[in-house]
Amino acid sequence: MKLKEFIVSDAIIPNLKATDRDAALQELVKSLSAAGALPASAVEEIVAALIKREQNGSTGFGKGVAVPHVKHASVKQMCGTVGRSATGLDFAALDHQPVFSIFLLLSPENQPQQHLQAMNIVFSNLQKDIFRRFLKQAPTREAIVELLEEADQGK
Amino acid sequence: MPTVLRDIVVLNSLGLHARPAMEFVDTANQYRSKVTVIKEGEEPYEADGKSVMQMIILAATQGTPLRIKAEGEDAEGAVNALAKLFENKFGEE
Repeated sequence: MKLKEFIVSDAIIPNLKATDRDAALQELVKSLSAAGALPASAVEEIVAALIKREQNGSTGFGKGVAVPHVKHASVKQMCGTVGRSATGLDFAALDHQPVFSIFLLLSPENQPQQHLQAMNIVFSNLQKDIFRRFLKQAPTREAIVELLEEADQGK
Repeated sequence: MPTVLRDIVVLNSLGLHARPAMEFVDTANQYRSKVTVIKEGEEPYEADGKSVMQMIILAATQGTPLRIKAEGEDAEGAVNALAKLFENKFGEE
């Protein structure tokens, strides 16, 4: 699987306005909705589900990245986006460090294999120091899109 | 140093997604042994059993066979505890 198969380029946010986790989740889900990937009516319940998921266990797996994700009935087709915070966000990360890069992933229910494949490609890239560093520094949507394209080609 | 191997199969229907991966790592961290989880087949991968990211990269779906390897004085206990998580389907269906 490739990142471009589910990352919605138009929904990428290079400079999140949010200064806390919940606001960042809302900003990203709204962005997916604005890009046409989700119905606006579903935004609130999906954000609530993502927050609940974080409360059950942070998806800030360390090294400045978080991968909030949820399976939800309102999601008809798997989609995701990327957000970048210049200041860093408190995600209650496992290593207690602030989060600068967020990969948000929304999956339909009953598609666990597809979900695992998407998580696989996201984490395979996030494992790479150079990918994380470039992502943290990418100043624009275009720069992030280009980085994701290069990651897809390298795979 | 003792090395203990155990072959298991992913039983829960959602596979080894983030929550079970974290539960696995939490359990592995209770032991001093080095823990590795090996997936063979078309996309072979060896995950550090104490890294959530690497455990998620396994992308092990229901039915996937995995090999748990522990190396250290408490390897036997570690493998028993970790295999039990899979047997219990990580508390899922």
